[in-house]
Amino acid sequence: MAPARLARLLAQRVVKIVAVVLAIAVTNFLLIHAAPGDPASVIAGESGAADPQLMAQLRAQFGLDQPLTTQLALYLNHVLHGDLGTSFRQGRPVAELILERLPATLLLTLTAFLFAIVTGITLGAMAAQRVGRIADSVITVLALGFYATPLFWVGLMLVLLFSVWLNWLPSFGMNTIAAGYTGWVAIADIGQHLILPALTLGLFYMAIYARLTRASMLEVASQDFVRTARAKGVPEGRILRRHVLRNALLPVVTFAGIQAGQLIGGSILVETVFAWPGIGRLAFDALLARDYQVLLGVFLCTSVLVVLFNLLTDLLYVMIDPRVQTP
Amino acid sequence: MLDLTRRSLIVGAASTGLAPTLLTSGLARAQGTPKRGGTLTTILTPEPPILVLGVNNQGPTTLAAGKLFQGLLEYSFKLEPMPLLAKSWSLSDDKKTYTFKLQDNVKFHDGHPLTADDVIFSITKFHTELSPRARPIFSKIKEATAPDPHTVILTLETPFDPFLLMFDVSACAIVAKHIYDGTEYRSNPANQHPIGTGPFQFVEWQRGNFVRMKRFDDYWMPGEPHLDEIIYRIIPDSQSRALALETGQVQLTQSNDIEPFDVPRFRAMPNLETELQGWEYASQISWIEVNHRVKPLDDVRVRQAISHALDRNFILSKLWFGIGKVATGPIASTTRFYDPHVAKLQAYDPNKAKELLDAAGLKPNAKGVRFTIKQLALPYGEVWTRLAEYFRTALGHVGIEVVLETNDAGAWAKRIGDWDYETSTNFLSQFGDPTLGVERSYISSNIKKITFTNTGGYNNPKVDHLFTTARESGDPAVRAEAFSEVQAILCEEVPQIWLMELAWPTIHDRKLHNVIRSAMGPNAAFGQVYFE
Repeated sequence: MAPARLARLLAQRVVKIVAVVLAIAVTNFLLIHAAPGDPASVIAGESGAADPQLMAQLRAQFGLDQPLTTQLALYLNHVLHGDLGTSFRQGRPVAELILERLPATLLLTLTAFLFAIVTGITLGAMAAQRVGRIADSVITVLALGFYATPLFWVGLMLVLLFSVWLNWLPSFGMNTIAAGYTGWVAIADIGQHLILPALTLGLFYMAIYARLTRASMLEVASQDFVRTARAKGVPEGRILRRHVLRNALLPVVTFAGIQAGQLIGGSILVETVFAWPGIGRLAFDALLARDYQVLLGVFLCTSVLVVLFNLLTDLLYVMIDPRVQTP
Repeated sequence: MLDLTRRSLIVGAASTGLAPTLLTSGLARAQGTPKRGGTLTTILTPEPPILVLGVNNQGPTTLAAGKLFQGLLEYSFKLEPMPLLAKSWSLSDDKKTYTFKLQDNVKFHDGHPLTADDVIFSITKFHTELSPRARPIFSKIKEATAPDPHTVILTLETPFDPFLLMFDVSACAIVAKHIYDGTEYRSNPANQHPIGTGPFQFVEWQRGNFVRMKRFDDYWMPGEPHLDEIIYRIIPDSQSRALALETGQVQLTQSNDIEPFDVPRFRAMPNLETELQGWEYASQISWIEVNHRVKPLDDVRVRQAISHALDRNFILSKLWFGIGKVATGPIASTTRFYDPHVAKLQAYDPNKAKELLDAAGLKPNAKGVRFTIKQLALPYGEVWTRLAEYFRTALGHVGIEVVLETNDAGAWAKRIGDWDYETSTNFLSQFGDPTLGVERSYISSNIKKITFTNTGGYNNPKVDHLFTTARESGDPAVRAEAFSEVQAILCEEVPQIWLMELAWPTIHDRKLHNVIRSAMGPNAAFGQVYFE
C-alpha cells in the first residue's frame, strides 16, 4: 500500500475515532447517572449513620448539587483538556488511580492473551490435522470444557489444587509484601503469583482460539486451492502452514482484536478471585460505590483501546490477506 | 438474678463517671509474656476509600484506622469505660462537667506531642462538622477548655448520661490540630497519609492490594506495640479469603471476612481459634425493615403476624450457623438498659399468625394468598440473600406472597432513603446505649428521607415521649424505667421485625494472642497483640 494512501486512511480513521470516543463518553456519562443511587447515598449507607447535613456536604463536595447538564459540560471540558477528574471517594486524581492499576492488569491480561493465542492456535491446528482421531477428540473435549466452565470456578479449583493441596503457589495477591525482594527474586515472586490467574483467564480464551482455528482450518482445507497445491506436490507441512493456516487465521485475528480491546476491563472476575490489584476491580468497586469519575475514566480508556485495536485489526487483515480492500 | 446484673451494670457505669478510674481491668490482660516482633497479615474488606476516621466512618475504615488513631477511651465487654488516651476522667456533681486527664508523652506519628488542644479540636470541630453520629451529641458541649496541656474540661448544657460512650476511636478519633485546623477536612492531602497517635503508623497503601503499617517507635505505652508490622490484604472474594485463612497466608480474619457457612469448618481446625466476643459496643441488631406507609403493614396485627411467622431459631442455626443470638426486642441484650423482663417477641407460631391475619380482615383468595408484598434484599453478602429467601418461604406458609427484589448497595441505600420499598432487611449498631443507637429508628422527629433514620415512618407519641425522657434525664434510674416501658411497647407493636443480635467471628492463628480484649473487638489498636 502506498504511504500516502496509508496516511490518508489513518487520518480519516483518527477523526472517526475522536468522534466515536466523545460519543461514548457522553453515553457513558448519561448511563451512569441513570443508575439509581449516588456516591453520597452509598457512603451514608456504608457508614451506618447519616443526616441531611452529611448528604449535603458530600453532594456539594462531589459537585452533584449542580444540574446534570452542567455536570456533563464540566466533565467533557475536563476530558478534552486531558483531565479525567478526581475520585469522589479516594480524593485522588482518576488518571493516577488508573495508571497505578494499569501495569498489574496489562501483565495479567497480556500473559493470558499470549498464552491463549499460542496454545490455542497450536492445539486447534493439531486437532484439524488429526481430525476424527483420538488427539482431535481430546483437544475438542478439553476446549469445550474450558469454554463452558465458569472462570471463577476454574480459578478456585486451580487454587485448591496448587495452593491448598500441593502448596506450590500462592492463592491470591500479586507479590509477597514487605519481603524486601529485589531484582530477579522480586520478578520470580510476581511470576509465581501470576501463574494461577493468568492460567485461569488464558484457559478460557485458549479454548475459543482452539475451536476457531480448528473449524476454520477444516473449512479452508476442503477448498480447491489446497487440493491444487497438494496436486502440485507441495509438501504437506508447507500446505498446512502457508495455505491452510494462513487463510484460516482471519477469524482468529478478528477475535484476537476483540479480546485485545478487552485487555483493560475484561478480567474483573479473575482479578476478584485472585485479589489481583487491577483495573477491572477498580471499575467494579467504582460501579458499586457510584464513584462516577473513576468509572467514566476506566470506560474512556477501555473504549479508546477498543477503537485502537479495531484499527490495528483492520491493518492486520490487509497484511495477512492482500485481497482485503482498505476502506 | 438477671435483674441484678442489669442494675449493677447501670450503677457501675454511672459510678465510673464519678470516680477517676484506674480500671485497666485485670480481666482483660492476658497471661503469658508478650514477645516482640513478627508481621501480622490479615484481611480488609471491602476496601475503604480513606483511612481517616471522621472523614470516613465505614466498618473497614474503623478496623484499619483503629490501629493508627485512638480515642480517649475504650470499653470493656460490659461497656465500662477504660482509659486510653485519657488516663482518668471525672464528672461533676451536677453531671454537666467532664474532666479528662490525658496520658503523658503521647506523640503523633509526625513527632508532634498530643495536647489538650488536639483533643478539643477533634471533639468540637473535626467530628462535629464531619460525623452524623457525633454532631448531635458534641453540639451539646457548651464550653471546652484546657487549663493545662494535659487536661480537657467539657461542660454540657444539660446532663447527658451516655456521653462517656462517645469516646472510642470509631466515634471520636483524636486527630492532629496542626494538620487539620483551618483546612477543608475532607480534601486535606493528609487524608492520603494518615497521622495519628496509635501504636502503628501508616507506611503504604497500594489500592486494591494492601495497606501496610509498622510499629510506631515513640508510642506512649512503654513496651508496646509488640508486632513489627500489620499488613491488611484486600481480598474481595469470600472464598479466596477463606482459602487465605486456611493456608495460613493470613493469620486473622474478622467482621464479615468469612461467610457464616464457612465458620463451622474453621471452628473445627485445631490451629485456629474462633472468638465471638468483641462486638458488644456495636451490638448490631438485624430486622425486617417495614415501611408503615404500605398497606396493610401499618396494621399492628399484620406486623405481629409476620413476627409470629418467622422462626428466629431457624435463622440463627441454619443461616448464621449459631453465631449471634435471637433478638428479643429492639435493644440488644449486650446494650445498657436492656430489660429481659419486658423484651419478649412473638413466638414462632404460624397458626397464630394466620389467626391475626384473619382478624385483620385479610382472608386468603382462591390461591391461598392473602396479600402480596415486596422484599428488597440487603445486598451485603450471600447470607442476606438467603435470609430474604427464607422470609419469602416463611411468609408463604401463612398466605403472604413475597416478591423478592434485588439491587446493589448504592441503589439499596437510595431506595431506603427515599422510602421507596415495602419491606427490606436492615441492621444497625447500638453503640452501647439506646439513646445513641436505638432511638433514631423509632422516634417520629427522625422520620427523614435519609438512610438509617426512622425510614419506616413509625409514629407513636408515647414512644417519642419515653425516648425523650430517657435522653434528657441524667438519672440512670429514670432512664431505665423509661427504656423498660419503651421496650414493652415496641415489642407489642413491632414497628420493625427484629431478627437477630449479630456477632461476627474473629478467627485467628492460636499463636496470635491478645486479639480480642474489649468491646471494640478487632477495631482496637492492637498494641498488646503478639505472636507466640
